[in-house]
Amino acid sequence: MTALLSRLDRLGLAFLAATLICAILVPLLALAVPRGSAFAIPPYVVALLGKYMCYAILALALDLVWGYCGILSLGHGAFFALGGYAMGMYLMRQIGARGVYANPLLPDFMVFLNWKELPLAWWGFHSFAYAGLMAMLVPGLLAFAFGWFAFRSRVTGVYLSIITQALTYALKLAFFRNDFGFGGNNGLTDFKDILGFNVQSDATRAALFSISALTLALCFLLAKAIVGSKYGKALIAVRDAESRVRFLGYRVENYKLLVFVVSAVIAGVAGALYVPQVGIINPSEFDPANSIEAVIWVAVGGRGTLVGAALGAIVVNFAKTYFTGAFPEYWLFALGGLFVLVTLFLPKGLLGLVRARAARKPAAASAPAAAPAPAPAESA
Amino acid sequence: MMSEADNLRLTGSLLYLDGVSVSFDGYKALRGLSLAVEPGEMRAIIGPNGAGKTTMMDVVTGKTRPDAGDVYFEGRYDLTKLDEAEIAELGVGRKFQKPTVFENHTVADNVLLAARAPRSVYATLFGGAAEKERETIERILTTIRLGDQRRRLAGSLSHGQKQWLEIGMLLAQDPKLLLVDEPVAGMTDAETAATVELLREIARDHSVVVVEHDMAFVRELGVKVTVLHEGAVIAEGSLDQVSADERVIEVYLGR
Repeated sequence: MTALLSRLDRLGLAFLAATLICAILVPLLALAVPRGSAFAIPPYVVALLGKYMCYAILALALDLVWGYCGILSLGHGAFFALGGYAMGMYLMRQIGARGVYANPLLPDFMVFLNWKELPLAWWGFHSFAYAGLMAMLVPGLLAFAFGWFAFRSRVTGVYLSIITQALTYALKLAFFRNDFGFGGNNGLTDFKDILGFNVQSDATRAALFSISALTLALCFLLAKAIVGSKYGKALIAVRDAESRVRFLGYRVENYKLLVFVVSAVIAGVAGALYVPQVGIINPSEFDPANSIEAVIWVAVGGRGTLVGAALGAIVVNFAKTYFTGAFPEYWLFALGGLFVLVTLFLPKGLLGLVRARAARKPAAASAPAAAPAPAPAESA
Repeated sequence: MMSEADNLRLTGSLLYLDGVSVSFDGYKALRGLSLAVEPGEMRAIIGPNGAGKTTMMDVVTGKTRPDAGDVYFEGRYDLTKLDEAEIAELGVGRKFQKPTVFENHTVADNVLLAARAPRSVYATLFGGAAEKERETIERILTTIRLGDQRRRLAGSLSHGQKQWLEIGMLLAQDPKLLLVDEPVAGMTDAETAATVELLREIARDHSVVVVEHDMAFVRELGVKVTVLHEGAVIAEGSLDQVSADERVIEVYLGR
């Protein structure tokens, strides 16, 4: 751990510190500061910030595969939603006899559909630990199965992007169906409590925010450890010159598969944290547009930087919250415009812009050292 | 096709191709190509555009599967049944025509990725760079004269430096057989001369196959030459011998 921390650059340390400070400060300001004080954070803002944290984790996961390995997944929302459903199923079963139909075992929608017993897929979801495990295992296994075939048959580039898109769309259609057994069109909602705490209470909201922020920090450290290893160097090499890596004797498909699975698991965790904070999960989370939006966050923040991806998610979603409140009709135009602008003028995202600014001054001071050295033949 | 005596001699070959044919959508890139490279040998392969030089390399490195024919490495391994990574692990290294280095990695990291070491995901994820690897990297950086450039991103190197870095990566990989595709394309005369020297140095303890267009460069190397034309070997021998060959003059040198 200390070895890893010592390897972090200033930016990484600052990001980590900021995340940890938020994890402590936000609950304090939300709970301990009296309402009406200028520093108090209203409960709805806590929930909103918690949502941003989950998006930041998703962006981190996406950056790991796209920014470092060149796998442009347009279906990462599927892993996020699957993690969300796993948590939603736990929350549904926690409702118990407090539902409208007061069935102690079956969630309301099952009673409504006249089902007599709990489907197999729902077994075990009364346990939080089991649901938490499934939130990671199901996205992980899906990513493994998908990646196994896709990477082995060397599907790359835009073709891979299209099938990831198809994957999330197919899941959306499946989850829409009532007989698929996950609440159909309406999804899962009306949650009561999580681990015995009321999901709606301010204290639970604050705790969920903190946990999300801490998870973001942990996922960041994990991602940093991965990209900092020799394995991570090989990933970047795959991104830049895949066939060259093959001719060096690396099994590229295995390299891609691992990072894809890890990324899907992280996305699943983000989804599991997201659902109790927004109070609902339904098939619209599988919408391809959601996955594309996540790609935009990463592009805006700066891909291949981790920190940039997380910040991009927060900045874009903050803008979204503001725009959809102030000018609801224009948000999609703003988002589209943002993507075009970033692609054209900021290929390295907002973080690239900041870094270029920061690098300009010291670069001027050490210009002679940075000047290209003579070609080897000349120096020979 | 081969006589009994030839077969006996060929079992000791490091690389052995017999009757290899490849076609793409009806176009025959290789038509019954046969070729043998001995351990420790350096061989130059020349031929006009479309003679099948690059396709031959693709077949040997597992990128392209031949429609017919045998490809054996060390007389034991059937390369037509293995993929790129397996063939590379056996000890076949390849240098591309265009210098392909990892532009977003430093010079030292480029060599590190190429250096002979376990290639599994587990090994690269949990094992740091071993002391032995570090020594190898230092030695190679000195050989390719990029020691003082180690922290530079490979993408910022000059064309010649990139070619050298790629050769250094191949040295780090320490293959038994090195396939080098047009190593001096786009190089200055001084760089070409330095590359000849470097290749000779490499050939001391590696077998090398060089594909080249540049006749001056081939003459400089002074090794046995194989001439390809339309996917088959038309002549083999010293450069002077093949230069005197009627067919070679007709298809290649005469033009």
